[in-house]
Amino acid sequence: MAPLLSVKNLLVEFKTRAGIAKVLNNVSLDVHSGEILGVVGESGCGKSMTALSIMGLVPSPPGNVAGGTIELNGEDLLSASNKRLHQMRGKEISMIFQEPMTSLNPVFKVGHQIAEAILLHEKTTKSLAWERSVKMLDRVGIPEAAIRANSYPHEMSGGMRQRVMIAIALACNPKLLIADEPTTALDVTVQAQIFDLLRELQRETGTAIIMITHDMGAISELADRVAVMYAGHIIETGDTKDILSKPQHPYTRGLIACVPHLEENPSEERPYLAEIPGVVPPLTDLGKGCTFAPRCDFRTDDCTGSQPSLSKISDQHSVSCFNLNTVAS
Amino acid sequence: MSSIETQFIPKSQHPIVEAIKAFRQSWAGMLGLILLLLVILFSVAGPFIYAVDPFEIIWAPLTAPGVVANAPFGTDHLGRDVLAGLVYGGQATLFVGLTAGFLTITIGILVGAMAGYYGGGVDEILMRITEFFQVLPALLFAMVLVTLFTPSIYVVSAAIGIVSWPTTARLTRAEFLRIKNLEYVKAAQSIGARDNRIIWRVVLPNSLAPLIVSATLTIGVAILFEAGLSYLGLGDPNAFSWGMMIGAGREYILDAWWLVTLPGIMIFLTVLGFSLIGDGLNDAFNPRLRER
Amino acid sequence: MDLALIFLRRLSHAVLLVLAVLVLNFLLIHLAPGDPADVIAGEMGGATEEMLAEIRELYGLNKPVIVQLGIYLGRAVQGDLGQSFFYNAPVSELILGRIGPTILLVTAALSFAIFVGTFLGVLASYKPKGFLSGFVTLFAVIGYSAPIFWTGLMLVIVFAWLIPVFPIAGMYDVTLDNGPVGRVLDILHHLILPALTLGIVYIAQYARLTRASMLEILGSDYIRTARAKGVSGPKIYGYHALRNAIIPIVTIAGLQFGSIVSGAVLVETVFSWPGLGTLAFDSILARDYPTVLGILFFSAVLVIVANLITDIVYRFVDPRIRTGG
Repeated sequence: MAPLLSVKNLLVEFKTRAGIAKVLNNVSLDVHSGEILGVVGESGCGKSMTALSIMGLVPSPPGNVAGGTIELNGEDLLSASNKRLHQMRGKEISMIFQEPMTSLNPVFKVGHQIAEAILLHEKTTKSLAWERSVKMLDRVGIPEAAIRANSYPHEMSGGMRQRVMIAIALACNPKLLIADEPTTALDVTVQAQIFDLLRELQRETGTAIIMITHDMGAISELADRVAVMYAGHIIETGDTKDILSKPQHPYTRGLIACVPHLEENPSEERPYLAEIPGVVPPLTDLGKGCTFAPRCDFRTDDCTGSQPSLSKISDQHSVSCFNLNTVAS
Repeated sequence: MSSIETQFIPKSQHPIVEAIKAFRQSWAGMLGLILLLLVILFSVAGPFIYAVDPFEIIWAPLTAPGVVANAPFGTDHLGRDVLAGLVYGGQATLFVGLTAGFLTITIGILVGAMAGYYGGGVDEILMRITEFFQVLPALLFAMVLVTLFTPSIYVVSAAIGIVSWPTTARLTRAEFLRIKNLEYVKAAQSIGARDNRIIWRVVLPNSLAPLIVSATLTIGVAILFEAGLSYLGLGDPNAFSWGMMIGAGREYILDAWWLVTLPGIMIFLTVLGFSLIGDGLNDAFNPRLRER
Repeated sequence: MDLALIFLRRLSHAVLLVLAVLVLNFLLIHLAPGDPADVIAGEMGGATEEMLAEIRELYGLNKPVIVQLGIYLGRAVQGDLGQSFFYNAPVSELILGRIGPTILLVTAALSFAIFVGTFLGVLASYKPKGFLSGFVTLFAVIGYSAPIFWTGLMLVIVFAWLIPVFPIAGMYDVTLDNGPVGRVLDILHHLILPALTLGIVYIAQYARLTRASMLEILGSDYIRTARAKGVSGPKIYGYHALRNAIIPIVTIAGLQFGSIVSGAVLVETVFSWPGLGTLAFDSILARDYPTVLGILFFSAVLVIVANLITDIVYRFVDPRIRTGG
């Protein structure tokens, strides 16, 4: 079956004072209808930039999509006209962001902000759009939706605002929803509620979701498949089950080991708080070798020579590493 | 995106060294500095090089510029040399501008610092007073003060200072409110430093950047004020000033354009100098804005 | 908190400010060098003994200062700000006759400045490094640095000599009898140059302020949200961003009302506009203190009322403080 979204060899560069930063390098990923794809990695690895590229919202300047293709249902988004992009944003693809506190316009009522999305993409009247936005608020679990629609964002908590964001994003039944760390700014208990809500809505509507996060726990609960990113590259991708139980890339292993846990008597291999030594290399100066090589325990001479390509090790599982055998043993 | 940028933090230097460097890169700031130096040179050295009494009648009234050699910029309605007026007029203008500016900033910082640092009742009272002064149209208030007391350059300076300080006070207060809750102030308080010391040695130095920018602009505003008062005939009658020349030349505007145009250009260039320096300093102190 | 209650509180606050201005006027009369009776007579040393005695009786100048203050406030509250011996008319009557033109000039200049300034600022924010952006920044510095009365005089020279399309003095042509509509048009025709002069400084400032806040807002998360739901360019600028950029403009406009009234004093004298400014100028030259102090009082009241209005408008444009208090 052809994927809903297909990103191939995406290159994104940023002009900085220190030179050209290669924010995304040959990023390729597919999203199929109705699935949840988790994208994980630490801050600055390019996960948010991947999302913004798909939305066509890379801040330019200083950003610039330098190569690759992004196709939604076979339609090339990078060569689409501005008008076409405006039609698709909010209608075909929607996005929710990390910061619910600042992501809603402070001077408009939340009901208005949902209704606006509906009015932009569908021929309907203002009062019908308002009714639908009240319904959406109800659907995302906001009590007394008809009254709350008249609230301003500052009158709501962070969790409520993120629910409103979800309502805006799903108002026009998009085929794809990109959730960029939707719970990072929220309390742990609220995080769980938002994840539950997203999964529930996903089951009801069949909307595909790209879930960007650095929370392996969220991935294990929500995602069908996972893509792991490091310094602008996708370094491993596969079914969630496989990635979590049989991680192949040294970075993925490190990432999973880093999940804090509260088991009694932590072993030496699995302390309460593990870490990956070293730091992400500057994106302006990546060199030609594997970007993870400087931090890798399994580094060989091959690793500093070129970046390994993403190759299949099973039907669903791909890894970019030269030393899979030594890593595994 | 911020994470990309933070990877390239440049080597750090003393903030003042950084600011001077940045100021030198700002064309607005440098242009302003050059303008101001020229105006000061013109007003301070001018009278020695071009020693003509601006009150002395030297030629027929309302002679246009370039007509006679000893009045290159023409004569006014009494036949006095306009160039001499321009040369001498700067001294009073700059003196009043600097004195009034200094007074404005001093009162403003004192009031703002007390209100911002102590808060509570002190803040309430001082801000009510500030508000009261902001309600009075400054120029009218200054006009009244100058008329009630005999106008001299000192009275004019004092009047301008008395009516202009609220803006500085509000700015200082805002800065103090912001800074007084920061950790290093709390730290100073926790080791038992006296309020006086904290206000002047800890908080003030950290709020200097916006205050210096505002001070530069304040001097410019004070010069405009002096010009306005002199233009209305409320300046020191014994001190020749550019505003006074415009006021006197106003009636002859359709016959002698140079009488109002030339001194106006001098005022404009002087204030422009201060404004541009303020712009340059603002850029220099706010590295974040420099990126724009 | 209830809006009406907030308004009532602001109103009582405003009344206190008005009283404070009266106290200031009283203090000024007494702090000025010389006999307060002379100051009230407005003829520094030139008033007759008879007149001075009458004034002393009227204002209780032989009584303790606090009683004098009471008498002064009592009279002022009843609308009696004294008598102008120069114009031979009650001060309040003189001022009420002149306040209309000043309000007209100030509101015309202010609305002109806000509309044009905001428009320029929004356009400039479209390309933060473009030509218009540079122009707005430069224009703001220049507008800020030129003495306002000089700008006016330069416009007089330009429009009297080069392009004589606007009248350069007065508020209407007294020799024309052209009915009420013609009179209104004539006043608007006369208003253009003074309002333009007064407005220029503020156009520049508002344009710069709008540009700066638009740039900040355009980088904010909620604008990204708007883009993500498919809002197109013009609507992002003209609706989502502008609606937020209005907030600082309203704040500044309110704070600047006093400075605009000051500017109006200078502009009125340039264009012989028959408002409070020319009255103030004439009465200062005549040392007519009751009128001068009366003008100070009335213009302060003007500013207080303007601030009250701003406060309400502000609550209207920024929902975050609407219920704040």
